[in-house]
Amino acid sequence: MNNSLLVVVLASGVAYGTPLLYGALGELLAERSGVLNLGVEGMMLVGAVMGFWTVQRLHADTALSLAAAVGVAALAGMAMAAIHAFLVITLRASQIVSGLALTIFAGAAGLSSYLGNDLNLADNPARHAFNAAVFPSSMQGWPIVGPIIFGQNVLVYASWVCVVGVSLYLSRTRLGLNVRAVGEAPASADAMGINVTAYRYAHTLAGGAFAGVAGATFTLAITPQWVSGITGGAGWIAIALVIFAFWRPALCLVGAYFFGALQALSPQLQARGINLGPTELWANSLPYVMTVVVLVFVSASGARRRLGAPASLGLPYVREER
Amino acid sequence: MRKRKHALAALVVAIAATGVVLAAGVGAGSAKSNSAFKVAWIYVGPHNDGGWSQAHDAGRLYVQKMLGSKVQTTYKENIAVGAQLQQTVASLVNQGYKMIFGTSYGYFSKAFAAKYPSVLFEQATGTDVAKNLSEYFGAAEDSVFLSGMAAGAASKTGDIGYVVAFPIPEVIRHANAFTLGAQVTHPGAKVHLVWTNNWFDPAKEKKAAQSLVAAGADVLGQNVDSPATGQFAESKGIPWVGYDSDSSKFAPKSWQTASVYNWGPYYLSRVKAAMNGTWKSGFYYGSMKSGFTGIAAFGPSVSAATKAKIAAKMKAIENGSFYEFTGPLYDQSGKLRVKSGVRMQVLKGGTNSLYGMSWLVKGVVGSPKG
Repeated sequence: MNNSLLVVVLASGVAYGTPLLYGALGELLAERSGVLNLGVEGMMLVGAVMGFWTVQRLHADTALSLAAAVGVAALAGMAMAAIHAFLVITLRASQIVSGLALTIFAGAAGLSSYLGNDLNLADNPARHAFNAAVFPSSMQGWPIVGPIIFGQNVLVYASWVCVVGVSLYLSRTRLGLNVRAVGEAPASADAMGINVTAYRYAHTLAGGAFAGVAGATFTLAITPQWVSGITGGAGWIAIALVIFAFWRPALCLVGAYFFGALQALSPQLQARGINLGPTELWANSLPYVMTVVVLVFVSASGARRRLGAPASLGLPYVREER
Repeated sequence: MRKRKHALAALVVAIAATGVVLAAGVGAGSAKSNSAFKVAWIYVGPHNDGGWSQAHDAGRLYVQKMLGSKVQTTYKENIAVGAQLQQTVASLVNQGYKMIFGTSYGYFSKAFAAKYPSVLFEQATGTDVAKNLSEYFGAAEDSVFLSGMAAGAASKTGDIGYVVAFPIPEVIRHANAFTLGAQVTHPGAKVHLVWTNNWFDPAKEKKAAQSLVAAGADVLGQNVDSPATGQFAESKGIPWVGYDSDSSKFAPKSWQTASVYNWGPYYLSRVKAAMNGTWKSGFYYGSMKSGFTGIAAFGPSVSAATKAKIAAKMKAIENGSFYEFTGPLYDQSGKLRVKSGVRMQVLKGGTNSLYGMSWLVKGVVGSPKG
């Protein structure tokens, strides 16, 4: 039963969807404050390499090493986001150009690979990794819910807490309401006495921290090793996911697991000898195709409002030009 | 005011990006000397991938060590076939590299080599030979066959998972050799394939390994370059047969063995020939006997009986009394493909040659089309 195609694909969907979920939650926070950051892939890779470096070099027990590694990954992502924040909030550069530059700067042929080579991280397994031993193995063996819900690692459960946290933060707290005001109408927010610059900085940095953790999910849980470009485009799917989820945290979770399951589907079908044509092709391209469709839809400005995009997304705020 | 800030920001971004590209560009490289013979290697993955590219880089370092300051070697990693490769070669030639080893299928063609008549090209795993383009590879099917024997012996159910890269003759013949080997130690063994359509993609390889185990495989093997399959096998306590390099440190308990290459001596002889002007293009196919291919040290769970069986077959292959691709060979549908007593050849024989093989032997589960 637990080895049936559906259960295995859903369980893999949760596992492989987790980095997408972290990345998307971070991007959602930044975008809700009005800052579009296309540098997610780059921030993820720097988080991935620095998190891995921490477990390799820190001589502490497993739990402490992993906690420290996730912390370092978050800080590394944050440091990358700070570059973007400075360029687009303080210097008011184009958010699209700066975000793309960040991915090129930090990404698979840039800083993260340089660090990986310089710190000599490749060709060694992680000394510590997140495994799925949170719940007793008898629970992991329960039909259906065992592998899908109880067979995951700590990072998966932590991501659920984050979804609830971000969701409540945005909808139920004063700070969260202020963020949304900054993203929708910064001039009005400014008039209300909200510090637009501070809010945008804080949420862009928080977005970077989430992206860093997303990267660490690869190097500490999914494939516990470092290789250049290990995220394989997950950052781009995360950005797409925010749009796909209409800027709502709970929908990010659904979308992340859907895209994660799609990635796991093709090898599962092959291993079972089920031939549905070029599954690799459509399963891997579907997230992008669906995103393109949604983007085309969103770029029509009428639809943009209805979907929930922050009205000032991508626009710098200049007080003197009100 | 706003315009100026835009311009300033763009400048900062541009400078930062350029800096990194330059830093990354000069990152790889080694000894410097003006009179040294300059030789370059181009890898399809990272030089430290724990597999294919790393084995080639070990060969490069061997050349550098043996010839010292007489040569200057460098490598370019993560180079895809196509525009990126052409730019890489152009820049290497500009920098004065006289000999370039391309270590992946499809890098160089006759027409491409003709564009740089003064440069010596060598390509692993291909078939195009021209005046300044040589091809080299080795009979890894023999060593893959031996590693398949280890997989068959380790399997209880006879269902073995094999993670494979691209549906090309090289990978197909390895999958066939692996299966034939497994069937020696486990009669009737089935080898289930999952294609990743990539030489090096740890996340994809892990997904493939995971799906093979979910579908019932109790031993895993691979013809891809990363050790991700091994890490997954280790986490599940399942025996694992690697490929290209000794990756036992990624899965110390699961490790069985792997077919490995020893590129260094070939590289050394070719670079020496190029330096003293005796280099001639050709098609080199190294063997286990010549030390070009072999198998890695066995893991702790391989039994003495299995080791003895593998050693006996290795001896038989080396002295020519045994060859795995000798008829009768049947394909997946049970059709006789190679008649009894006929030995397959490397290049001659169309789809019944090592370099043209497009069909899978009986016992392989999966499509030869990917």
